[in-house]
Amino acid sequence: MSHLRDRILGDRVALFGLTVIAVTVLAALFAERLAPYPPDRQFFDGLTLEGAPLPPNGRFWLGTDLLGRDLLSRLIFGARTSLIIGIVANGAAVAIGALLGITAGYLRGWIGTAIMRFTDLMMAFPALLLAIALAAIFSPSLWIVALVIAMVNWVQIARVVYTETTSLAEREFIEAARAIGAGPFRILLQHVLPHLLPTLLVWATLGVATTVLLEATLSYLGVGVRPPTPSWGNIIFENQTYFATAPWLVFFPGVAILLLALSFNLVGDTLRDALDPTQRGREP
Amino acid sequence: MSLLEVRGLTVAFRSEGRFLRVVEAVDLDLEEGRILGLVGESGCGKSVTARSLMRLLPEPPARIEGGSIRFAGNDILALDEAAMRRLRGDRLAMIFQEPMTSLNPTWTVGFQIEEALKLHTDLPAAARRERSLELLRRVGIGAPERRLRQYPFELSGGLRQRVMIAMALACGPDLLIADEPTTALDVTVQAQILELLARLREELGMAILLITHDLGVVAEFCDEVAVMYAGRIVEHGRVADLFARPRHPYTNGLLASTPRLRGRRGRLPTIPGSVPPPDRRPPGCPFAPRCQRVLERCRSAMPGLAGDDGHLAACWNPVR
Repeated sequence: MSHLRDRILGDRVALFGLTVIAVTVLAALFAERLAPYPPDRQFFDGLTLEGAPLPPNGRFWLGTDLLGRDLLSRLIFGARTSLIIGIVANGAAVAIGALLGITAGYLRGWIGTAIMRFTDLMMAFPALLLAIALAAIFSPSLWIVALVIAMVNWVQIARVVYTETTSLAEREFIEAARAIGAGPFRILLQHVLPHLLPTLLVWATLGVATTVLLEATLSYLGVGVRPPTPSWGNIIFENQTYFATAPWLVFFPGVAILLLALSFNLVGDTLRDALDPTQRGREP
Repeated sequence: MSLLEVRGLTVAFRSEGRFLRVVEAVDLDLEEGRILGLVGESGCGKSVTARSLMRLLPEPPARIEGGSIRFAGNDILALDEAAMRRLRGDRLAMIFQEPMTSLNPTWTVGFQIEEALKLHTDLPAAARRERSLELLRRVGIGAPERRLRQYPFELSGGLRQRVMIAMALACGPDLLIADEPTTALDVTVQAQILELLARLREELGMAILLITHDLGVVAEFCDEVAVMYAGRIVEHGRVADLFARPRHPYTNGLLASTPRLRGRRGRLPTIPGSVPPPDRRPPGCPFAPRCQRVLERCRSAMPGLAGDDGHLAACWNPVR
């Protein structure tokens, strides 16, 4: 593991990504202390006399929004929502997709067929419609939104994992493992799963970006995280119609999403290279 | 009683909706501590036979249609999967043709050798490590402490096959099935691996079923030999008898087409024609269409294994 640490700390690009993620995590954890103002406090002097939001200035560093709330404070609190969605929802999607894909791919037979036909069905089903339906049945809270996103996003992961598992199951070392008496559970866990790790890592990191954006879409449709709780996605969608007159309201949360997504990708890439067993022991 | 006793083993594979028999009515016997060579061309069913003994064939598409396999008092074909797993790697072990791909690239050599010990013994970690070191020394690997920590990609083909052998020997099996263990290796490494297997047989007293298409390997290394053709055993006997006086025309043809250092020069004799694929095997003897000693009855009825003094051939018109 020490070489993994060297690998990430020695790589400037990965270090940058790790820093951005760390800053976001800290902001989310200590939002109450870091944010200059409460996120839903409307300032009387937060709007111009005509009622337009204020551009960035000395008092409100990133400006204010349409209701005169401090954008920086909303972004800091929004990091909490977006990170929880990004990590929990995407983590759950990867876990479900991996479990179903690996089971179907190794067992084949009627169980595998049943799982994969169900996956095909889910793939053909419009994801947004499903999300809206699910969100309408359960009243939307942060955790329900995370669950809804996981239910939509596991499908592609299951497909990819299934395909990789079927080809792995044909490899000779799997037969060799069976020949020393290993059972299916052990084979999946110790002989198949490590080979899927690079794929899963890529999904776990790339997926964070799409998940944050999907949450924004759901917020926009009124089935995401409920206002006034801020998330990076719903800040953009609340304010997008004022893009021409108050561009900072879309620009800053947009940059936040982009940076976070990019950072997860950079760290994911480095992790994947570092965990590749054929690269192990070879120094770059 | 024999350690391994196979009677009438018949295995079919599902292909395009029907079942094709790939192995038909195979009989094999192997005594404790003996080496039996199973020879035949590619596709004759020797690997399928070996995997049936371990019950490693995926079912479907494979299906064992009949026969019995008795190994050390166990009725292999009647065991459930859990009981079969307890046998595999413990009393019954196997090594494979491709040492480059038979080791899992994500784990160290040490981890993989210890795996069988974890599965079949309750040795503590320190004892498992001790046993792994001993196994590596036993298969002739120097600096075993360092090797334990290495990954398969860091080893040569010969070393990997030695590691595979160490894994197979971990629990001291009664029978080692070696499926073309040297085919993928250099000739010099081949000889080393075969010598190693022969020495281990002496030291550990285990029986070996060696699957190969190399008659030279059989002659040098085996006690007994069974020749397979198109899914059937056509001749079975002690190595000295079979090489000196082959009785089946197929064996005879094979031996005649082996190049020799002394004697007649010129073109090597060949067996005309080619092996019929499983879906186009003739009724009667599968070798009949290529056989120079063919009789009328060869085309309609398959002869059983017959002979004396343990030298058996399945032929209506055997040589001599």
